[in-house]
Amino acid sequence: MRKIKTASDLEKWRQDIIKKQKRDEIVVSVCGGTGCHAYGCKKVRDQFAKAIKKNGFMDKKIRLRFTGCRGFCERGPIVTIQPQGVFYQRVQEKDVDLIVSETINQGKIIDRLLYEDPNTKRKIDSEKEIPFYKAQHRLVLGKNGLIEPTKIEDYIGVGGYQSLTKALFEMKPEEIIEEIKTSGLRGRGGAGFPTGKKWEDCRKAQGNMKYLICNCDEGDPGAYMDRSLLEGNPHSVLEGMIIGAYAIGGSHGYIYVRHEYPLACKNAEIAIKQARRAGLLGKDILGSGFDFDIEIAKGGGAFVCGESTALISSIEGRVGEPRSKQIHTVTRGLWGKPTNLNNVETWANVPLIIEKGSKWFASIGTEKSKGTKIFSLVGKVKNTGLVEVPMGITLNEIIFGIGGGAKNGRQIKAVQTGGPSGGCIPASLFDLPVDFDSLTQVGSMMGSGGMIVMDEGTCMVDVAKYFVHFLEEESCGKCLPCREGLKRMGQILDGITEGRGDEETLMLLEDLSQVVGDTSLCGLGKTAPNPVLSALRYFRPEFEAHIYQKKCPAGVCTSLIQYSISEDCTGCGACAKVCPMKAIEGEKKQIHRILTELCSKCGSCKDVCKSNAVIVQ
Amino acid sequence: MERKTVKITIDGRLLEVEEGNTILQAGRQFGIHIPTLCYMEHLTPYGGCRICVVEISQDGGKPFVDTACTYEVKDGLVVQTQTPRIIRARKMLAELLVASAPNVKIAQDIAARMGLLKVRFPMEDNRCVLCGLCIRMCYEQMDGKALGFAGRGTGRKVSMPFNTRSETCRLCRGCDYVCPGVIVPCHGVKEPGELCGRCVRLDDMPYCCPEGTFGCFCDKNPL
Repeated sequence: MRKIKTASDLEKWRQDIIKKQKRDEIVVSVCGGTGCHAYGCKKVRDQFAKAIKKNGFMDKKIRLRFTGCRGFCERGPIVTIQPQGVFYQRVQEKDVDLIVSETINQGKIIDRLLYEDPNTKRKIDSEKEIPFYKAQHRLVLGKNGLIEPTKIEDYIGVGGYQSLTKALFEMKPEEIIEEIKTSGLRGRGGAGFPTGKKWEDCRKAQGNMKYLICNCDEGDPGAYMDRSLLEGNPHSVLEGMIIGAYAIGGSHGYIYVRHEYPLACKNAEIAIKQARRAGLLGKDILGSGFDFDIEIAKGGGAFVCGESTALISSIEGRVGEPRSKQIHTVTRGLWGKPTNLNNVETWANVPLIIEKGSKWFASIGTEKSKGTKIFSLVGKVKNTGLVEVPMGITLNEIIFGIGGGAKNGRQIKAVQTGGPSGGCIPASLFDLPVDFDSLTQVGSMMGSGGMIVMDEGTCMVDVAKYFVHFLEEESCGKCLPCREGLKRMGQILDGITEGRGDEETLMLLEDLSQVVGDTSLCGLGKTAPNPVLSALRYFRPEFEAHIYQKKCPAGVCTSLIQYSISEDCTGCGACAKVCPMKAIEGEKKQIHRILTELCSKCGSCKDVCKSNAVIVQ
Repeated sequence: MERKTVKITIDGRLLEVEEGNTILQAGRQFGIHIPTLCYMEHLTPYGGCRICVVEISQDGGKPFVDTACTYEVKDGLVVQTQTPRIIRARKMLAELLVASAPNVKIAQDIAARMGLLKVRFPMEDNRCVLCGLCIRMCYEQMDGKALGFAGRGTGRKVSMPFNTRSETCRLCRGCDYVCPGVIVPCHGVKEPGELCGRCVRLDDMPYCCPEGTFGCFCDKNPL
């Protein structure tokens, strides 16, 4: 690695890297994102390395690249081969030799590994043509497939750190802030505070030392975009932070990342080391006389530490508890000094804005929400994964266009956005444009970008109960409404799902939810009732069915349902075999029967029944 | 040296208060009652019990709810301490509090003050209301640092580090002195679910507390 002392050094290095990369005739990229790791992409990569070595491609130069998350996690592990641009999905270890001998050696495409459009049954061989990618606008995530996160050369090769030189040598700090302000970038952590305004306030704040924090304490159930970004493209976050530090006048930065994200910690640490060695961090960055350094602060994994004041207190070494926010962190934050805290995605957007200009950025999105947003689309849709879409796209386009609609021919009922702080939006409102303000209007929020799709097999009371219990456990316990209130809300919801609810408890639940939201100390408590309130707003009949008819319409709440076998039963006996409680009896080829008193309502019989004879009531 | 003052409005009254005071302090200086639980003079405001919530609006903006004990006065603040929103919130907080600790006098007192007649939650019998007074007393006044919170959420409790008496504990009993949990309600330990509230029914019980010795919130001892 070189030590870069001037901007022209960087440009020269970039040219050298591009020249060197041109020598590779074939580039095999194996996705190394979290989802693909679970599918065993590491073995696939190792197998590729072995196969390439074994076949000894003396005449061709092959580069094996282990990239960050490519987004299409449903179909992992993903392998792409350049320059043909072949896109293989669900690649297993055993497929590797075939790929090497067929595709790499002879240029043939293996049909079996291609993505098949479930609607048209057509095999698609390139990434761009796949409907999942077609509707996306991958500005921030786009580079993930082109670089190896542990190699700074890759990032510089695709134009990385160009924005930094532009910012350092062509712009004044005030100009950068003005640029961010006109771009209309808003905080991607959830609240959507204008980033430029925050930077300006922090720049104006009095203090001899200013800190910058990158918030990667992502803890929403079902959300994993921040980690994927930090894992897949850590240098873009670093570049954003250095530009931010120059604009604000910051001298030290922290990346707060939870220790449950080992890959994110590792890749960020490597990136910082590389940037330091290359002279992009530390004293006198690129010879501009500007000093800035970043270190990693690992969090213990508390959900509440995503809240800015709790996060700051965690970095200081104290218990992660929020404090009153009358005095903002931009005036008095970490160690009592002005502190600017932004989300990973916000920082990663900064280099793009500086590179392409605020006008370009402001042309994407809606009037008040600019740019793109990464969502983690999970739940009961065909294509789960990370999607990056321009603001203002409708929920329909995301769920049915990119997500491909419901699995198993079911109906989609609702989508939960914003994690535990957000709410459930019913299918009737799927025309809603997705931006900060419209989501808040319908009682949900953007949050950090989790999107959990639910179909008719999901009970909304059960969902509300799940989120309340999650928050009850994650509450720090400092303030009374959050600690006691959430506990009581959980108790009431438990009661409703067990058939103990009545009209009074429903009223109490609504009342309590509003007070908890009104009086809690921090964002966790203030937004905690959202899942309950939005479920009550849009799915009240479901609550009422639980209370008055003592029935769970979705067939989820075990205390309120009963399994039975209808006359469609062919007597195959499959259900009796899987029943863990031995609660099914019947002669062969005769209609079987469930003994209610023994039944544990696990649902295994329903899953195995081929003639759909098991009914839930 | 003359201190700078700011003008704020509490419940429609225009007050001139010294800078650096909180809304709670300002209110108390002018005899405006705001109930508290985790607040004590000379200890850092904690903002945990939320009983002292008030509605605040600034420069004609939308009113928001925050705690009076932590919010510092600023010129032009308009504070409401008795709006329906606040009364409803306090009543609910009192209900939550007394449901978790019915045998702590201050919880019963606050419930009585809020006019609570019925608790709709299953009663528990905690002795600690997690106000954190003992911890702040130990740390700030006695320089002890022998106490702290352990656990999270519903598992939170006051504890000495590693459950052993720390060397810094001098057995001064400052923690005991400030703890509201050691004072049982005036008329002894309650049955589960029972609310005290005698002090608000003085007409029914003229001899409830003739000497003011129980120190209920009534005239002799405002909370």
